[in-house]
Amino acid sequence: MSSDEDNHACSCGKGLTRRQFLTSAGAGALIVTASGHLGKDQEVSAAVIKSGEGTKITLLINGKQFQMLVEPRWSLLHVLREELGFTATKEGCGRGECGACTVLIDGMPRYACMTLAVEAEGVEITTVEGLMRGEDLGPVQKAFVEHDAFQCGYCTPGQIMAVEGLLRKEPDPTVEQIRQGVSGNLCRCGAYTHIINAARRAAEMKKSGAV
Amino acid sequence: MNESERNIYYLRGIPVPETPPPGKDPSPWKKTDIVGTSIPRVDAYERVSGTALYPSDIRLPRMLYAAVLRCPHPHAEVMNVDTSAAEGMPGVRAVISGKTSDTDFAWWYSKEIKTKIFDPLCRFEGEEVAAVAAETAYQAWDAVRAITVEYKVLPFIAEESKSLDSSSPLLHPNGNTAKTDKYSRGDVGAGFSEADVVLDETYRTECELHMPMELHGCVASWDNDRLTIWESAQGVYSIQSRIAEILGLPLSKVRVIGHYMGGGFGSKLQPGKYTVIASLLAKKTGRPVRLFLTREETFLAVGNRPPAIMQLKAGVKKDGTLTALEFSCIATGGAYPANGTSLVDWLVRDLYLCPNVKTETKDVYINAGPSRPFRAPGHPQAAWALEQMMDALAEKIGMDPIELRLKNIPSFSQGREGNPPYTTTGLRECLSEGARAFGWEQARKRSSGSKENGHVKRGVGVASGLWFAGGGNPPSTAVVKLFSDGSVNLNMGASDIGTGTKTVMTMIVSEELGVKPEMVQIEYADTATTQYATPSGGSKTVPTEGPAVRAAALSVKQQLLSFAAADLKTDDSSLTLRGDEVISMKDPLVKVKIHDVTGLRKRGVIVGVGYRGPNPERKVVNPFAAQFCEVEVNTMTGEVRIVRFLGCHDSGRVMNRLTYDNQVFGGITMGIGLAMTEARILDRDQTGKMVNRNLHDYKLPTSLDVPKEMKSLPIEKPDDTANTIGAKGLGEPVTIPTAAAVANAVYHAVGVRMTGTPITPLQLCQALEKDGKERSK
Repeated sequence: MSSDEDNHACSCGKGLTRRQFLTSAGAGALIVTASGHLGKDQEVSAAVIKSGEGTKITLLINGKQFQMLVEPRWSLLHVLREELGFTATKEGCGRGECGACTVLIDGMPRYACMTLAVEAEGVEITTVEGLMRGEDLGPVQKAFVEHDAFQCGYCTPGQIMAVEGLLRKEPDPTVEQIRQGVSGNLCRCGAYTHIINAARRAAEMKKSGAV
Repeated sequence: MNESERNIYYLRGIPVPETPPPGKDPSPWKKTDIVGTSIPRVDAYERVSGTALYPSDIRLPRMLYAAVLRCPHPHAEVMNVDTSAAEGMPGVRAVISGKTSDTDFAWWYSKEIKTKIFDPLCRFEGEEVAAVAAETAYQAWDAVRAITVEYKVLPFIAEESKSLDSSSPLLHPNGNTAKTDKYSRGDVGAGFSEADVVLDETYRTECELHMPMELHGCVASWDNDRLTIWESAQGVYSIQSRIAEILGLPLSKVRVIGHYMGGGFGSKLQPGKYTVIASLLAKKTGRPVRLFLTREETFLAVGNRPPAIMQLKAGVKKDGTLTALEFSCIATGGAYPANGTSLVDWLVRDLYLCPNVKTETKDVYINAGPSRPFRAPGHPQAAWALEQMMDALAEKIGMDPIELRLKNIPSFSQGREGNPPYTTTGLRECLSEGARAFGWEQARKRSSGSKENGHVKRGVGVASGLWFAGGGNPPSTAVVKLFSDGSVNLNMGASDIGTGTKTVMTMIVSEELGVKPEMVQIEYADTATTQYATPSGGSKTVPTEGPAVRAAALSVKQQLLSFAAADLKTDDSSLTLRGDEVISMKDPLVKVKIHDVTGLRKRGVIVGVGYRGPNPERKVVNPFAAQFCEVEVNTMTGEVRIVRFLGCHDSGRVMNRLTYDNQVFGGITMGIGLAMTEARILDRDQTGKMVNRNLHDYKLPTSLDVPKEMKSLPIEKPDDTANTIGAKGLGEPVTIPTAAAVANAVYHAVGVRMTGTPITPLQLCQALEKDGKERSK
């Protein structure tokens, strides 16, 4: 290593990740006008949104409207968990690697950590709390209980949402479709075999209307 | 518990209270009504509804969020930290570093070498340099990025094989050897000369990372001089004692709560620096602080299964008698003394009958994160070597690999002083009954040299194992409280780390008191309100806590029968509990409802205390295992598809078949990760940094990687000598033989010995090509 490198100053705590790219882009967010081509010495005339400054949005979560101020860089996951207290949706990586934060957006499984809150306006967001009927469990949740489809339970809300999304699209999935359907949701305890059994059972329960 | 066991589970030096003897041991269960059935978990509702609050879900009023600045170099000295810009940023409430006066606390990975919370010398990438508390996590990270650090970058070493080279930089003043252990029995030289076949092979297992789905971290909150910590942990008392020791607080002033937790696998037996940092930031700001690591940080700084280079030489006679085993291993616990070679030779010493055994293990330092215990420390590594060697020996002497193993099954522990017997061993049944259930003979013939699929070859493999611990031990205290309506409260200190502890303990109470499981409520894992328990690790929670819970339930029962006997004017030995009544076994008309028992009505509740008694003397309690698998190898692409797996385990009594099977499948899944995909990759030549620190590049098994056919066949031998519930541990044995079974199946399919993990398509293609060239010579 050169002597330059031996004594260099570094402010980088870590490498730049996708998440941090999003957050740092947000931190000093430059709003570029349509015609603007941002050159190095071009002056930025648009407003700079600072950390802590809010943008007003309305989110539709589990059939209820929530009006709130959010920072443009906030992920939907952050808003659900830290601002609104929907803590069933878990954070496992914060950057689209593990699936613990899977929610339904217009019925499709999506990673809440990879969705900005401001992007989630005007769509229907469903979390595990939204599958409950009052204090009663929904069919996918019941099937997970019956088949012991979890161990520590941390990835479980995400797994349940992935199965729920799959069954809404394909009410009678094959084992292969289920394996594909939950393949974006990591379970380090390794409960996959039971998760797949539970998904089959949930499909039956939904079909028979027994729940 | 012996010294090495204490060491693995961080119990050395911790003041472990001795519990009183349990009194007269109850006789073993002859027949059970609840224990052994399949019942869903008692906390399933909370886990699937999202009402289970994990430590990372805790949101306290006025809570701040913390983030840590970590050293980006594998070896560097912190020359200066400038936090001035960070301190003035929006939402920032505190910044601490090695420069601030309030952070001067000692930290140690082992007692031998002490460092500081923010030590100026960083020996691995990811060591803590500074930390911030702010109103939101985003603002905390903004501030971390605004801290300027001047580092003096030092030369690093990232390969354990080169750690002891004279050109390698020294990590510690006494050199780069952390520990050397030697063991010997008999005479290996004589053993090898007796052998008909001697094989010598070098094996390698890569560094595996725990990666529990819940990140490592905690919430810390002070009320004047009392500190409360909600930590994602495997045991609350182990967190409490360490934090109290570091911060110099009385144990009574440190309350640790660890109800739900999202996985640990050994990496959450102890607090981290993050626990101390959160506490310091909370003290400084006068507000609760939540500090959870990012996924990337957990790749660097919260433990791993050490990589190991293992050489194994083995001798066998034509009749299958093992004559000698000689094993040497270099492994690394990282940059600090962290048990890099812990138990890595144990299977060689103990699994098979062999009179002549010699082992030498060397734990060396490299500039990488310190290891932490990882599900059966040392064992999957040793199984990778030993079980592949057994397979190779069997082939050389023309014997079936199962037969060779069956010829060498010990009934006593040869690796321990005095050859103490195992209380029970089901290794023989695991192998033979497993082989029958798997259809071993037919599958072995069917796939052997199969040509029908062209370039896709099938093979089957087996591997076995035992787990060094798994018998449980004192201390443990449990309290059972019977309410006047017959419902019950169980109070225990142990954590349920996802293994179903709460459910099993409920079943024990239910069994003894005849109450329905849903009438039992558990209070657990809270140092302020629940009883003492060691952390949940070592596959010991069920055999440790179970007997204490049973004793507590029996104490309640005895008190209730005595009170009822007074009411019924009879002898309590003639009475029994049935449903909500105490009834005479002689005259069914002599009975009283529980809620009418005068003694209970006077007291309101009946409280029973149970203690865990000692283990049997001069005997060893170990679980045993054999696993079988079938694979399909695509010889053109190098892809391996695992078609089916069977886990055959002797863990004593099966407490709950549903959670038991789940544990077996989970262990196999983790073992598939070790065999097929998982490896920490360090940029060993240029930067020393870890290059695959995310879950895309470090690949955990997904639903697509587990076989469609997963089976579990318990060899159920209740171990009544071991403890009063007859159960042995399960959580670790289930992952010990897995990787080796896969490698043996791959060998059977294509005739290529994969001596290094992970078996990637690239490695396999290269091995196939090399093998093809050798064959054509």
